[in-house]
Amino acid sequence: MNNVWILFKRELSSYFATPIAYVFIVIFLFISGIFTFYLGNFFARDQADLLPFFNFHPWLYLFLIPALSMRLWAEERKSGTIELLLTLPMTMGQAVSGKFLAAWAFTAITLALTFPMWITVNYLGDPDNGTVLAGYLGSLLMAGGFLAIGSCISALTKNQVIAFVVSVVVCLAFILSGFPLVLDFFSGWAPQVIVETISSFSFLTHFNALSRGVVDLRDIIYFVTLIAFWLFANAIIIAIKKAD
Amino acid sequence: MAMVEIKNLCKHYGPFTAVDNVSFDVERGEVLGFLGPNGAGKSTTMKMVTGFLTPDGGTVSIGGHDITKNPVAVKKRIGYLPEGAPAYPDMTAQTFLDFIAEVRGLTGNEKRRRVEETINKVNLEGVVYQPIETLSKGFKRRVGLAQAILHDPEVLILDEPTDGLDPNQKHEVRALIKEMAAEKVIILSTHILEEVDAVCTRAVIIAAGKLVADGTPTELEARSPQHNSVTLALRGTDKKTAERALKKIDVIKTVESTAETENVVGFRLYPRANRPMVAAISQLAQEQKWQIEELHVHKGRLDEVFRTITANQQSLT
Repeated sequence: MNNVWILFKRELSSYFATPIAYVFIVIFLFISGIFTFYLGNFFARDQADLLPFFNFHPWLYLFLIPALSMRLWAEERKSGTIELLLTLPMTMGQAVSGKFLAAWAFTAITLALTFPMWITVNYLGDPDNGTVLAGYLGSLLMAGGFLAIGSCISALTKNQVIAFVVSVVVCLAFILSGFPLVLDFFSGWAPQVIVETISSFSFLTHFNALSRGVVDLRDIIYFVTLIAFWLFANAIIIAIKKAD
Repeated sequence: MAMVEIKNLCKHYGPFTAVDNVSFDVERGEVLGFLGPNGAGKSTTMKMVTGFLTPDGGTVSIGGHDITKNPVAVKKRIGYLPEGAPAYPDMTAQTFLDFIAEVRGLTGNEKRRRVEETINKVNLEGVVYQPIETLSKGFKRRVGLAQAILHDPEVLILDEPTDGLDPNQKHEVRALIKEMAAEKVIILSTHILEEVDAVCTRAVIIAAGKLVADGTPTELEARSPQHNSVTLALRGTDKKTAERALKKIDVIKTVESTAETENVVGFRLYPRANRPMVAAISQLAQEQKWQIEELHVHKGRLDEVFRTITANQQSLT
């Protein structure tokens, strides 16, 4: 546990030692603002909630999270520091979770910096702050899901561009599996069970419930299990494929 | 029991055998030079000894513990400088060493003291607050070395510790290795043969994944065809007389004439069965009233031995 914390600190401070942190935060805040106010019709809706803000998060994460996760392991491979890290007295589980938690904490910081949005909606109206909080929780869990996928894929290659592109495609699959367009394609001929299974794998299905303020334990379990699964795969991939 | 025991170590990459049944032991106090041509399997072996790669066969045990069964405990006892001395480029030398110290279980004053001591030991004082990516190759290498020796490990494994350093830096690193040698096991790979003479108490040569020689540098040098041969230059005689007289000495196997100027004749003499020749030669010179201009006994050169051994190996495969 101590090792996870030590690695967590190192990783998190390395985001801020490079321009990555600042570029990521600024772009995230800028784009989420544009989406909320222009595409989401925040004002025209005339409702005191943050739905137009949260609704765009899956699409924002689709590109921004892989950009953050692509370097997690690919960079260690490229620079050879993976050899240093894995010959230090820590377990593979500690190394994988320390790096993941740092990246996740960084997205949490970014998400926390959207607080002016929350202030705005409270200033203009009287929103249900419990719903807002559930939205933030859902968004954070979804970011963790994207990150775990990205971290695992980053472990497969030393090329960050490949890690980025493949992560975007895999994450897109996880979003689209809940999209009506995709589900309609299956519902015409496949049994209901399959359609439901496909839809239950989607980030959208679970995130939409949370962003509307419905905190269902099953949605939380879904994201936690998803993260655990991809991180486990991540550890196995590195154990099998260390050298190249 | 030896501190480091390596038994029947094997590693394959697909059909390619990188390390083929390598076994050796290293005792405390030994500095083992790990030699071999590029691609012979030196780095792969070291990666298995440090627990980075899992062997396909064989065992590595350090202080009696198997590295695959008890990786964390074993890794605690090892300091490792990987090839190319990788470090996190965006960290400063100070924060990087602090990080390593923490992972190595050092805290508080102990941590501060050890990091400072190590920084002094490898002469990093001037650059500790610079990001590692801005450092020169020599300093980067020293950061890597500092990271490896920080926790005063019992076993120190260095993959090409002096690669890319200038002669002064090489000398410093070698002095540091010698200084630490007494109470540690040190294994270092290199393809600079003078380094073996300079710091190693023992050398093993690996070629095409196989261990082909194991001995002290002197023992390896004795395998050279030049070993114990003598260069001789004489004044006050002519080539033919001298050659005839020298050939009569029974410890001398062959006499090669090398150079001949107005008054001086030169020879290269090879002994029979490695026996010393100098006493017999000087006695002869006294009897014949020759003046000896030059008399030099060759120890044999490690690079010749290295070339002979590794070239044989490669022609076999």
